[in-house]
Amino acid sequence: MTLVREPVTAHEDYLDAGYSLKSWLLTTDHKRIGLLYMASITFFFFVGGAAATIMRLELMTPRGDVLYTPDSYNRLFTLHGVIMVWFFLIPSIPAVLGNFLLPIMIGARDLAFPRLNLLSWYIYIVGGLLVLGVLIFGGVDTGWTFYVPFSSMFSNTNVIGAAVGVFIVGFSSILTGLNFIVTTHTMRCEGMTWERLPLFVWSMYATSLILVLATPVLAITLALLAAERIWGVGIFDPKLGGDPVLFQHLFWFYSHPAVYVMILPGFGVISEIVPCFSRRTIFGYKFMAGALLTIALVGFVVWGHHMFVSGQSMYAGMVFSLLSFIVAIPSGIKVFNWTATLYKGSIRFDTPMLYALGFIGLFTIGGLTGLVLASLGVNPHVHDTYFVVAHFHYIMVGGMVMAYLGGIHFWWPKLSGRMYPELWGKLAALTVFIGFNLTFFPQFVLGYLGMPRRVYEYAPEFQVLNVMSTAGASILAVGYVLPLAYLLLSLRYGSRATANPWRATGLEWQTESPPPTENFVEPPVVIEGPYAYSPEAAEEADHGHH
Amino acid sequence: MATTEAALILAPQFDDAEQQHDSDSLGMWVFLVTEVMFFGGLFAAYAVYRYLDFPAFVAASRRLSVTLGAINTAVLLTSSLTMALAVRAVQLGRRRELVYLLLATISLGAVFLGIKAYEYYDDYLHHLIPGSRFAFDGPFPARVEMFFVLYFFMTGLHAFHLIVGIIMVGIITFLAWRRRSVVQGTTQVELVGLYWHFIDLVWIFLYPMLYLVDIHR
Repeated sequence: MTLVREPVTAHEDYLDAGYSLKSWLLTTDHKRIGLLYMASITFFFFVGGAAATIMRLELMTPRGDVLYTPDSYNRLFTLHGVIMVWFFLIPSIPAVLGNFLLPIMIGARDLAFPRLNLLSWYIYIVGGLLVLGVLIFGGVDTGWTFYVPFSSMFSNTNVIGAAVGVFIVGFSSILTGLNFIVTTHTMRCEGMTWERLPLFVWSMYATSLILVLATPVLAITLALLAAERIWGVGIFDPKLGGDPVLFQHLFWFYSHPAVYVMILPGFGVISEIVPCFSRRTIFGYKFMAGALLTIALVGFVVWGHHMFVSGQSMYAGMVFSLLSFIVAIPSGIKVFNWTATLYKGSIRFDTPMLYALGFIGLFTIGGLTGLVLASLGVNPHVHDTYFVVAHFHYIMVGGMVMAYLGGIHFWWPKLSGRMYPELWGKLAALTVFIGFNLTFFPQFVLGYLGMPRRVYEYAPEFQVLNVMSTAGASILAVGYVLPLAYLLLSLRYGSRATANPWRATGLEWQTESPPPTENFVEPPVVIEGPYAYSPEAAEEADHGHH
Repeated sequence: MATTEAALILAPQFDDAEQQHDSDSLGMWVFLVTEVMFFGGLFAAYAVYRYLDFPAFVAASRRLSVTLGAINTAVLLTSSLTMALAVRAVQLGRRRELVYLLLATISLGAVFLGIKAYEYYDDYLHHLIPGSRFAFDGPFPARVEMFFVLYFFMTGLHAFHLIVGIIMVGIITFLAWRRRSVVQGTTQVELVGLYWHFIDLVWIFLYPMLYLVDIHR
């Protein structure tokens, strides 16, 4: 049997491989598809952010005044939730940085299925435009959770359209997860053993396991919901012997693991940044990789903690509570090991490191308040209050968005071939950190005092804390617009990046910035584990420099 | 073009044929895992309602034809046999045998769909299709309707997968018939075979769950 290789055009950086629109829209290069995703999720992030801004403006005063009807508010928080969860957070780090970096980090020329990768982006765009059209021109008022029987029998809004869009985008997640799993198994270069995989690759692997195992359940749940609405058959309708709680079980069977899709990739990014900017090897590599897999797997059996007050049995509640506490152990391993990595390191506070340090602190707060919510006794008191809202925003915005921005800055030289302005970067990172805490910390207090979520009018005594939150949101908005501006400007005015501006380990830093289309001119061979940093060498290099 | 016809096309991201084959094969297995989870949501719903409404499920299940279900089970199992033999034929490079076996697989799949369509038509005549025209003169009509919601959803989804399977087998049959060599198609036939066996396996669960509820009494 002879082998015939499809021709490859070699030694040209991937950005110079073509300038036409077609060269982007029909590309199968994982790096270009990563950038297509970056542009799309950035768009959706600012759409979802605009909805949040209007909500925060409405909540400045206890009376409903900015929006005409309470229903407009319901449609806004649904839009915010649906867009941010499915069209920003879930694809964010995996589809942008994962797509770009995973093959390079394991020394491969591309993902195992490049055309499937492009298809997943198109599916994402089709689902995204459908949902955006439905949410903006029609509106959906169910919240992102689509709880029955409200969503199936009572809501007069375009639930089916939104459900179809989310159903479609689910296949994009599944295909990306499938591609990453196969790539990690079969495409590693010579010497890249499982024990030498960067933790970012491990995090992508754990995330992909969740995507392929959980997303199909969401798909079937939404299909059942749509069938119930269209044909009036009662799968979840109590009149026909249906069980509304079954919907919640199926929904959270997907959506709780999906919460880990919205944080594990962040862990991966932080595990790359912290060793690099403290010049230390990661503390406890095997435990760090094991913790990622443990969180992914245990995350599948904790969904019932969303349903303590939904009528599930008391014993189910106790088991789910206990299992939720168990997730704290691998999460604790991560936080302690990052901290231990810093110990006796030669720490530099560049922009990516500022985001990483911010992540560790904010994730810790988000994680610990999660334990408060997982306690059977406390949960009924704070259930469906702003305490929950604050908790998951600490994980998803304080955690995932900080990690995403940190990762974008860290790998920006590699992605674009340009350096971003360091001073602006630091300024934006601080703005985000301050704005974030001012927005969401008051919400913990509000929730503890009893302000329910998803309301557009509230008791006057909550106003001070709400004004603080809105003020924080406006600072946060500045913090998000700044990187958009200076990163775009750096494409034209930024100084050219060298192959390895951070003196980092990892295969992605051994190829040029930006990398050639086939990633490496010579096929790489790996001879040591990741994070071979040395603080002493860093000190000496600095002294020699001055 | 004779040389390329006989050759295996290696996509640029792969180093060698083995890596390509392993990737394609693992990709199909992961896809089948997602399919298991897809049907799993329905199986969970079935388990809950069967537990809650067992007498209604027994009454509803009696309305289905065990005979037709059994015939269809035999038809689909036989199609898995012809599919397995087709995989063996392509591995041995026997092109003519491969084409005949794939055609047999398609025919058996079509027979299954024909019998299924007849069953659906019969259900329609007896007002067993859920919705406004649903009528059931036995006990617990509302709960029986739930059974039929699940019945049509699960068998419908299964039939949809079977239609996709028939199309895919049709494509590889056409390619095998047109090409002089079957080497290029080996992985394709193996992967479509995996998918076909999966559809068969789903039915092996659906048949007892839907047709044989409490049949021994």
